[in-house]
Amino acid sequence: MKKRSVFERMAAAPHLLWSAIFIIAPLLFVVYFAFTDRNGSFTLENILSLSSYSHTFVMSLGFSLIATTVCFLIGYPLAYCMARMSERARNILMVLLMLPMWISLLIRTYSLMALLDNGGLVSAFLTSLGGKKLTFIGTDAAVILGMIYDFLPYMVLPIYTTMTKLDKRYLEAASDLGCNNRQTLFHVILPLSMPGVISGVTMVFVPSISTFYISQKLGGGSFDLIGDTIERQFKNAVTYHTGAAISLVMMILILISLAVMNKFSDSGEDIIV
Amino acid sequence: MNKEVLIRLNGISKSFDGEPVLDNLSLEIHDKEFITLLGPSGCGKTTTLRIIGGFETPDAGDVFFDGKRINDLPPYQRQVNTVFQRYALFPHLNVFDNIAFGLRIHKRPDAEIKTKVKEMLALVNLKGFERRRVSTLSGGQQQRVAIARALVNQPKVLLLDEPLSALDLKLRKDMQNELKNIQHQTGITFIYVTHDQEEALSMSDTVVVMENGRIQQIGTPTDIYNEPVNAFVADFIGESNIVDGMMLEDYRVKFSGHVFDCVDGGFAKNELVDVVVRPEDVDVVAPDKGMLKGLVTGVTFKGVHYEIIVDVAGFKWMIQTTDFVAEGETIGLSIDPDAIHIMKKSEFSGMFGDYSSFSDELEKLSDVTEELEEE
Repeated sequence: MKKRSVFERMAAAPHLLWSAIFIIAPLLFVVYFAFTDRNGSFTLENILSLSSYSHTFVMSLGFSLIATTVCFLIGYPLAYCMARMSERARNILMVLLMLPMWISLLIRTYSLMALLDNGGLVSAFLTSLGGKKLTFIGTDAAVILGMIYDFLPYMVLPIYTTMTKLDKRYLEAASDLGCNNRQTLFHVILPLSMPGVISGVTMVFVPSISTFYISQKLGGGSFDLIGDTIERQFKNAVTYHTGAAISLVMMILILISLAVMNKFSDSGEDIIV
Repeated sequence: MNKEVLIRLNGISKSFDGEPVLDNLSLEIHDKEFITLLGPSGCGKTTTLRIIGGFETPDAGDVFFDGKRINDLPPYQRQVNTVFQRYALFPHLNVFDNIAFGLRIHKRPDAEIKTKVKEMLALVNLKGFERRRVSTLSGGQQQRVAIARALVNQPKVLLLDEPLSALDLKLRKDMQNELKNIQHQTGITFIYVTHDQEEALSMSDTVVVMENGRIQQIGTPTDIYNEPVNAFVADFIGESNIVDGMMLEDYRVKFSGHVFDCVDGGFAKNELVDVVVRPEDVDVVAPDKGMLKGLVTGVTFKGVHYEIIVDVAGFKWMIQTTDFVAEGETIGLSIDPDAIHIMKKSEFSGMFGDYSSFSDELEKLSDVTEELEEE
């Protein structure tokens, strides 16, 4: 018994060391920078100065909420259908879904850029229909589209997993008690797949709100989401402290929204984030 | 009992992956009847129930409900509710909402839902449990919620798929009585599936014994016990000694080297038959006073009686007696004419009824593993 527990502690050691160096320490640095000035003395100025970025915060929040919602509206029905398909069909769909994830996120974003750019495929197609030359790069829609395109698989996978694990007896019980297919979906499947939905929402929402390359590439330089702002602060040695403050605030905002979501799910089951 | 036929199964066949499960099965179920489908795992009893519930469609044959063919009617349009084997209570809803589920789907007014759920909770002895999460309930309580959730919709028929199999023995006995009471109070037709013969005998109006996808016998519990039609039924229902015999003439049968008087007739002269003698119907007498003589090879104390294994010319009999006999003793056996039941030879002849390798525990254990494999 004792031997086993020693082994267990040993098994966790590499990860603990990893976390200490690459997760805990950097977090402490972020906190340290957020509350100090250039001379290393304590100050609240960094935090207080953030009010000038409130517009950026709101816009980032709005963009990622829209992207997350659209991902859910596309991803949930997809996962629902996949869970009901034959083994073969669902495997094929799964590969199609996973395939883009084997390619670097950055490359995927560049390819989307090529599609939407002035003279890109979409534009060329529209021009051939008689429209005038136009570019989509730099529009709100392009940035949101980029988020959806990059993060959709992260919505589908956790939902699909909970769907396939859903006990068929619950569906039979629902049908037995008078539910048609639509009622079964809303009264049984949806509530029981909430843990998957919460994971999916988290996995889309968090990278969306903190992204900077999507807004840089597809926003045509005119966009300043919170991720871009943070990146800019850190590129410049002088504004490290402001960048750390923004990061800290955003981290707290994300933690709060996760806590709210977990509470909202109310399913009593553990949620994998 | 009302003799109106409510459900009629007509020549039902069903196979899964080419494996036949039901073979041309026909059955009539009467209104307000407590009918039990009884058989070992894999006999097709659960499939029969699922066809009535609408969860399976028969490959051949028809299902009639109240005279209407319902083969293609989905479960939610049938006037039937089910108590599932492991209850299938909705984990995201509390006790009240689980029971209210069917009523809410049918858009009943709130006030009605409240009173009906209250009534049901009282019926199944769960007053005050409304707000409890189903995961915090014991097996017996979950079982009651499952019954309440089905009954609150006032179905014409309640299907019960081994509802007590997950409960311990004591609780199972209590629930058997409760179910019987509930059936009396509500007047709803119960179709009950079990592999437990005792459960079937003590609760049912009618028992349907199934094996190999076919009905072996339909009858009242006493009929099934006293007049089994073949070796399978005789062995499955209660304990039986089944020996080869020859019908010399009406009311005269020869087995184990002795000619007995019996009460059965209608067989051909010298027809080979299976003879059933229940363990409790054999009297232990002095060796010289018995019709048969045997050596006691095993004695087990069972509380009310002893269960002894007696070797009679190589065939092991099981006998239940209240008199103690010692292992190794030679005893006489006496059998009254009306304790001898004669059956025609069947596909099951010779497969059952010999206690030479008998072990209660082993039989139970193998039952359990079969159950697990089924799931």
